[in-house]
Order: sequence, then C-alpha cells, then structure tokens
Amino acid sequence: MAFVELTEIGKRFGRHAAVQSFTLAVEEGEFVSFLGGSGCGKTTTLRMIAGFETPTEGSIRINGAEVVDMPPNRRGVGMVFQNYALFPNMTARQNIGFGLKVEGKTAAEIEARAAEMLGLIHMEEFAGRYPWQMSGGQQQRVALARALAVKPRVLLLDEPLSALDAKIRVRLRAEIRSIQRQLGITTIYVTHDQEEALSISDRIVVMRDGRIEQVGTPFQIYNHPATSFVASFIGSLNVLSATVVDPTGRRLSVDGQVIVSSEPITVDAGKDVRVSLRPEMIALQNGRAENNHLTGTLSNVIFLGSIVRLVIRTGGNEIFLDTFNNPHLSLPSVGETVTVGFSRDACRLLDQES
Amino acid sequence: MKRESGHSHQRAARTAWSWLWVVLGLLYFLVPLLATFLFSLRAKKGVLSFLAYRHVFSDPQFLQTFTFSLEMAVVTIVFGLALIIPTAIWVHLRFPRARVLIETFALLPFVIPPIVLVFGLIRLYSRPPLALVTSPLLLVAGYIVLSFPYIFRAVDTGLRSIDLKALTEAAQSLGAKWGTTLFRIVLPNIRAALLSAAFLTFSIVVGELTLAVMLAWPAFGPYMALVGRDLAYEPAALAIISFLLTWGSIALMQLLSRGIGGQGSAAGSVH
Repeated sequence: MAFVELTEIGKRFGRHAAVQSFTLAVEEGEFVSFLGGSGCGKTTTLRMIAGFETPTEGSIRINGAEVVDMPPNRRGVGMVFQNYALFPNMTARQNIGFGLKVEGKTAAEIEARAAEMLGLIHMEEFAGRYPWQMSGGQQQRVALARALAVKPRVLLLDEPLSALDAKIRVRLRAEIRSIQRQLGITTIYVTHDQEEALSISDRIVVMRDGRIEQVGTPFQIYNHPATSFVASFIGSLNVLSATVVDPTGRRLSVDGQVIVSSEPITVDAGKDVRVSLRPEMIALQNGRAENNHLTGTLSNVIFLGSIVRLVIRTGGNEIFLDTFNNPHLSLPSVGETVTVGFSRDACRLLDQES
Repeated sequence: MKRESGHSHQRAARTAWSWLWVVLGLLYFLVPLLATFLFSLRAKKGVLSFLAYRHVFSDPQFLQTFTFSLEMAVVTIVFGLALIIPTAIWVHLRFPRARVLIETFALLPFVIPPIVLVFGLIRLYSRPPLALVTSPLLLVAGYIVLSFPYIFRAVDTGLRSIDLKALTEAAQSLGAKWGTTLFRIVLPNIRAALLSAAFLTFSIVVGELTLAVMLAWPAFGPYMALVGRDLAYEPAALAIISFLLTWGSIALMQLLSRGIGGQGSAAGSVH
C-alpha cells in the first residue's frame, strides 16, 4: 500500500475546476515533484494534502488513514512555503522549536532537537538570528529545518526555491535532496522549473489544466514524453512542420527534404504534422546512412557555457542543435550551408491523435 | 558656469521656501499652545505661577473623572480589540470581499454625528428587555463605535505588513491551534499596530464629550467642558495637561514598540 494515496481528487472554485480526477500513489520515502505552468493545479493539490484546501471530491489517505476531514494541525504534514513564512518575532532556533513547543516538549528536548536541526542545515552559528537578519537562502533552510523538526510523516514543499537566485537555487536543491535521502522522508515538491524537477525527483507528475499529463521517472518523462505538452514542456525542443509523404514507409517532408521516422504514422499522405526533435539528439554532418539528414543555412551560434547552440534555418523551419563546448571546437560560420543528421528514433510525431 | 550658478540659485530659493513653510507650520501649531501655556500661568495677578495647575490637581473631580474615563478607555480598548482583531483576520484570510463592507462601516462614525448616535442608543436601549441606558456598557459600546475606524485601520495595516496567510498556515502545519497561532504568531507580529490602535482609542475616549454628557456619566470630557465654562485659567491648564498626556501616550507607544524588528516595525508606521 502506498504511503500517500490521492484518489480521484477534484477541486472547484466556483465554476472553475482547479484540479480534476487526480489519482496518485506516493510510496514511503519517495520524492515526487508536481511540475507544470502557473494555474495547472499543482499548488492546489499540494494544499489539499496539507489541509489548507478541502477537495470538492475524492479521497486523500496518509499511511492508510483518510485525512480529508482532518484539520491541518493534526495531519502530521510538514510544509515549506515559497516565501519562507518564518515567524518574524522569533529567532532561527525559536522558529525551529515552535512545533515542538506546541507539542508540549520540554525545554531541554526542544533545545537538543533545534541544535540537531541547525546542524543538519549547517547553520549552527545562525541560531540567535531573526529572519530579517538572514538571506533568502538561509531563511529557507531554517524553514526546512522547522518543518522537519516535528518529524512529519510527509514533507510538502511549495516552490521553495523560486524566490532565490540561480546559484543558491542549484545548491539548495541538492541540499534538500540529500537531507530527504538522509531522513528517508516521503516528500512532495511543487515546481514550475523542469530542470529542478528532473534533477531532484524520484518521479515527476506533469500537470496541465488541473489534470495529470504524465507520471514517470525523470528519465521516462524526458525521453518518452506521453503527450505533446509534456514533450514541449520538458527540455528545449525543436518542433518542425512537416508533410506526410508516405504513411506506410513513415516518410515525411520537411521543407522539401525527406526524413524517416521510426514511429508509425496514422495520418494520410499530404497532411501536415508536427515533428519533435531534441537539440542534443542532432549532430553536425552525421554521415551515417541510416540517419536522417537536413540541409540548411547556419543563422546563429549561441554560446551557453558548457554547451554551444547552433541555429539552422531550412526554409520555413528553424532547428536548434546543441553541441558540447571545448576549446578546440571548430564551427562553421554564420551564413554557411550545413547538413545535420539525427536518428530515426529521435524524431517523434506530435498531435497525431488530435 | 552660468547655468550651474543658476541651478544653485534655484536650489537655494527652493530650500528657503521649504524652510519658510516649515517655520509657518510650526508657528501655526506652537503659538496657540504657547499662548495657552502662558495664559495658564497667570492665575495669580502680576506673577507667573502654577496656581491654576495646583487648582486643577487639588480638585477631587479632576482625578475622579479622569480615572473614570481611563477605566472606560481600558474597557473600550479590550472589547474593541477583541471584536475587531478576529474580524480583520477573518476579512484577510477568508472573506476579502467583505473589506468593502467593513470599510463602509468604518466611515459611518465620521458621517453620523455622535449626537445622532447617542439618541439612537438611548431610544433603543431605554426600555426592557434592553434597558441598558444606566449601564456603563452602553457608553463603552458607543465608544467602540466611535473608535472602530481607528482600531480597524491600525489592525488592518498591521495585518497587511505581515504575510498573514503563510504565517498562520505555517503555524497550523506545525500543529498549532487557532489560539496558539493568534497569541504566539499573529499578535506579537502586529504589536506596534495594536499599540497604535490602543492609544488612539485612549485619546478618543478620554476627550469624548457628547456620549458622556447625554448618557450622564462623570467623564473627563464633560468635566473639561464644565471647567471651561466656569473658570478662566484652569481650562488652559487642563488643555496643557491633556496635551502632555497625549504626548506621553505617543512617547510610551514609541518606547514599547521599540525593539520590534523586521516586519513588525513596519506596522509601527500606521499613523
């Protein structure tokens, strides 16, 4: 039996359905991310698990017990908020000890646990600081320690890193993951940042318009997106306009150049389709015979640090190609004609079912 | 060079104008105060003395009426806050659309004169089953109506200065019930706003005349009016004393709210 079970959860605000038919089972100790754009229902779902919103329909079970009618303070669920929500009138130590004080623990127990938590987040020397005396990253670490201090059954994080700058975000997400592994706590993490979700999660739930689009490991989500939305939401993606030439032979025409897909084509010849290609799946002048090739003009070279992105124009389509940077990299110049190659597996057909 | 000197000329002229207005403003406030103070010292012919102040302090009615009004002020503050804090929190968390309604209510005491209010109260509460007209509770109820706009504004601004929703949710997720959340988290973080509300209410109640006269209570406001009608120098002394009391209250408010750092201090800038 799963540790957290959401069955056919729905939430309506007036006539607007924020979450619909949401069913998910989270195993004990698992790290699951809810990923999606703003308004997709990911935070509403998290808040229903926390008890801050009541589902219009469905059931939520934690460790086998139904919690829908249970108030938030009795659910044993720790929560970390986007804007930290540290109590301004309390120091870091007092913030961490608050939940234990509410539980009626002795001063010695609270002191010991707060010290342990401060050690966990490597902030022992900040124990006596007030929230306004700490940076955003430090505040969020204290907020994490505060949520963990009461040993919750489930840890919920609502976009905890989105108010922080990029470098701290990357460091802190690794820290969150390492603490989660160390404690083995069941964790649900809400984010709109696909890179964050891919790097931190055991499983990702991609959401759109209040519904689940796909649930899978980061590897499955990235490499085998179930829907065109997932494909376009996760990673950067080339989406090319193509015309079906021969459905049986799986042949398509991109700006007059024929390519072959490994996927079956269910659309009639002459119809327009969209083809997705991951930038890292394309190589410059890959001469292998079984591969697809497209020829175009190099229109831009974008330096992204470890990666160099080439932009190639083939008539109406623009193709992005990523290649690893190295000091001896020699690239064609802008305006030159180049040929790119990619495998048949790399090109996936979108919108076939619609 | 010419342009630069022109600029500095303009700047100097602007500064001079600013100072002129500041001085005029100060004179507008200070001259009557000084005149009242000097007048209050002239109770004894030919010399400046504190005779009028001695008269005021030696009058037993001064202490009696002031103590009565002080008690009424404390009761009004306690009941007013007890009524308005939960209402303001409810509006913030659960029913933001009710804000328009509450703000309209908050305007009513400015629109409806106290004399109308007190006649309404007398008519409504003078016969059974609501014969409250002889109870000080009715006076307190009237005072709450008069101070409602100030208490609500202060508490509302205090609540706006903190992230009320996230803080209450954080407290609840840590196991806190509503009482703990209110007394350990919400109120300490809007302390400055609460003090501001309390002292404004204090000033209103201590100086209030109409309700106290019409409901026949021996309050400080009617006493001041009485003294003003019958005596010459003592009212001036009383005016200076009440001015000092007000300033004393504001100083106390500043002192008590000092040390509240971060977001809490933002609530101090309510008025």
